[in-house]
Parts: sequence; C-alpha cells; structure tokens
Amino acid sequence: MLHYQWNWAIIFEQVPGTEEYYYQWLIKGLELTVATALSAWVIALVLGALIGIARTVPSKWLSTLATAYVELFRNIPLLAQLFFWFFVLPELLPQAAGDWMKQSMPYPEFITGVFGLGLFTAARVAEQVRTGILALPRGQKNAGLAMGFSLGQTYRHVLLPMAFRIVIPPLTSEFMNMFKNSAVCYGIGLTELYFQLRQITGDYAPGNIIEVTGYVTLIYLTMALIVNRSMAWVERKVAVPGTIGGARK
Amino acid sequence: MSFDFSEITNNGGYLLEGLSYSAQLTGFAMSIGIVAGSLLAMARLSSIKGLSLAASGYVNLFRSLPLVLVIFWFYFLVPMVYGEPVGADRSAYITFSVFEAAYYCEIIRAGIQSISRGQVSAGQAVGFTYWQNMRYVVLPQAFRNVLPLLLLQTIILFQDTSLVYVVGATDFLGSADKIGHRDSALKEMYSFVAVSYLAISFILSTLVKKLHQRIAVIR
Repeated sequence: MLHYQWNWAIIFEQVPGTEEYYYQWLIKGLELTVATALSAWVIALVLGALIGIARTVPSKWLSTLATAYVELFRNIPLLAQLFFWFFVLPELLPQAAGDWMKQSMPYPEFITGVFGLGLFTAARVAEQVRTGILALPRGQKNAGLAMGFSLGQTYRHVLLPMAFRIVIPPLTSEFMNMFKNSAVCYGIGLTELYFQLRQITGDYAPGNIIEVTGYVTLIYLTMALIVNRSMAWVERKVAVPGTIGGARK
Repeated sequence: MSFDFSEITNNGGYLLEGLSYSAQLTGFAMSIGIVAGSLLAMARLSSIKGLSLAASGYVNLFRSLPLVLVIFWFYFLVPMVYGEPVGADRSAYITFSVFEAAYYCEIIRAGIQSISRGQVSAGQAVGFTYWQNMRYVVLPQAFRNVLPLLLLQTIILFQDTSLVYVVGATDFLGSADKIGHRDSALKEMYSFVAVSYLAISFILSTLVKKLHQRIAVIR
C-alpha cells in the first residue's frame, strides 16, 4: 500500500501493442453489458409472464410444469447454469446440432449469455407475476367470469392489467439484477464490462488495479442509478389510483 | 454421447472438500451477515441522521454492485492492506460477510418495521432502555416474522458462493471445474454440479417452506 503508484489518468493511455485506448475497451465492454442485459430482459419478461400466469391457471399439468420450471432455474447457481448451456448442452444434443453450436453459431458467448440470463431471470419474474395475480381479490376473477368473459378474456381484460401494475416495483429490482448478473457471463468469456476490467488489470495494467476497478465500479453504480430512476418514473406512471402507492385524484 | 460416472466417484474426496468449503463460507457469511445486518438495520431506522445516512449508503452501495466485482475488490485489496498474500479462499470470507450484511439488513429492517409502534411504546413504558427494548421486545418478534426470508437469503448466499470461481478459489464449482479441465470431463463435472446444487437448494427451500407454515403467526 505504501509504494502504490497512483495514476488516475491510466484509462486515457494507449493499450500497449494496439491502436486503442483503455477507455475505449471499457466503453466496448459497457455496450456489450447493456446489450446483453436488455436482450435477456426481453426473454425474461415474456417467458416469465407466461410461466407466472401458467402457475395460477386451474389446469393441473400446466401449473405443475410451470412450478417445475421455477424450481429448476431458481435452485441452480447462475454460473453453473451458464456453464451447462455453454459446455454441456452441445454434447447432449444430436451430433449435427452440437457441432453447429460449437463451430458455426454466431457470437456463441453472447447468445449463450443472453439465453442463460433470460431463462434464469424468467423464473424470478414468474414468481413476481404469480404473486401479483394472487394479490388481487378473488372477486375480480369471479366478476370477470360472471360478466360472461371466458377465462382467457378475464385474464386479458381484468386480472393482468392490474397484476402487471402491481408487480412493477418488485420487477425493478429484477431489472437491476439483470445488469449486475450480466457480469457473471465473464465466466463463459463474454467480453462485457467486467471481462474488460479483468483483462486490463490482469495483463495490461496490473499496477493500476485500484484506479481501473474504481472507474468500473462508478460505471456500475451509474447504471444502477439510471435503472432505478427510470423505473421509479414508470412506477409513478402506472400506479393504480386509490391504492397507497397510487396517485390521488 | 457417453457419460462417465467414474469421473465423479473417483474424485469424490476432492469434490467433497470443495462442497465443504462452500458450506463453511455460507455458514460464516450468514453468521456475520445477520449480526452486522441487524446492527445496520437498527442504524438505518435510527433517529440520528448521520447514522441512518451512513447505514443506507452502505446498503445501497453494495446492493448496486455485481457480487463478482466486490469479490474482485477484496481479492486484491485485502492482501494490499494486510501486507502479504492471503489467498482467494480466505479473502472470500470477508467479501461475503461484508456483502451479505447489506442484504440481510434489508430483510431485518422489514422485520423491525412490521412490529407495531405500540410494542415499542409499551417497552418504553415499563422502563426499558433502547437496547433492552430491542433485545426483549422488538428483535425477537422481528426475527420470527422474517426467519423464512433470512433462510431463503441464505440459500441464495449458498448458490452465490459459486462466484468465487472468478478469483480461482476452490469451492464446490471450482473443484469440479478443476477436475473437469484436468481430465477433459467438463460435461460430467458441470452436470454433476448442477444436479447437486439443485438437490441441495431444493431440499433446503422445501424445509424452509415447511418451517414457514409452522411458525407463521396466525393473525
């Protein structure tokens, strides 16, 4: 600690042996982090909503299947899941499909990362959606059915519009987790922000490890703040009037 | 495709060492995390402005950062401060205690806030000091209310210990990874790890659900 050579300008220096600067590597990493998190969020939201709904429907086999999905994906660490998709799945598939995954699938780390994160987070989103639907008074569903709506229509016009507005606050933290969890994709070699940090501090500038890690920490904090503020805005927009969190009119 | 089960049985000892490290790390971080988390929660709810600001700053900082980033910070900072190499395995004990305290804090805070104000007033009326009130009135009820959540967080913590992989520590996943690379048996090792985590976490979370049904206060 005594002989540490501080150099906060390190990120504006050129990477030895390349035409690029360190800050450009960090920006490239950040772009990939954002792209991964947003793409995975689309999968998580769509799949999670479907599974969450499936857990509440009166069909026994459908809800069992959905419960099994949630248990499966919630009880295995994310990194182990990513390893499974990346290293094990190609071996389990038929030869041709496995070879395609290993040799000709474009952007293998990115695709695996997006699907791995998406499937993992879908289980968490499903739990929130299910909780949101179950939080509604029983009468809402009965009222829908009494109006002559089919079960599908009751979900579409009565239950889901309310449930989604209720679950937005807990979904905020899942959305934030997405950005944080994308760093785990470092394990399968996705060159996102955390990967760039480890590459720079490992091979290129180990002497300025504190500064570079400090900058990356600031980037992650800023991302968290932006997600948090924008979701708070969405929350206010969709708040159900008449509830504690809702606008008074 | 062939699946070589002898890979697992032949390396049982090494895998078990990895699993026992994961379990020790979980147990240690849980104990420190719950104690520190309780203190943080009290600080967050304190009427002393500076104290509650500092505590919420701590909690928000760690909850905004990826765990792998925090693991990396401590991995290189601890030896720098300590003055000699510490090893990834040992620095992880500090990392997880510090990090998990922030998560436990939020759960315990919710527990404390679920206690009605009348309980606190009643405690004060019989002459309890702040600490006596916490010790005998508030915390016992708060913990009872959030015990299932604390245990579920511990199961998440157990799964998260697998992330020490990023600094090369030999936890359960790390031991399987090392064998898999040595023997070119990644398929067997990663499948085995996934199935084991699934079995352990599923059984534990089922037990927590059972416990929850038993201790839930009937209102």
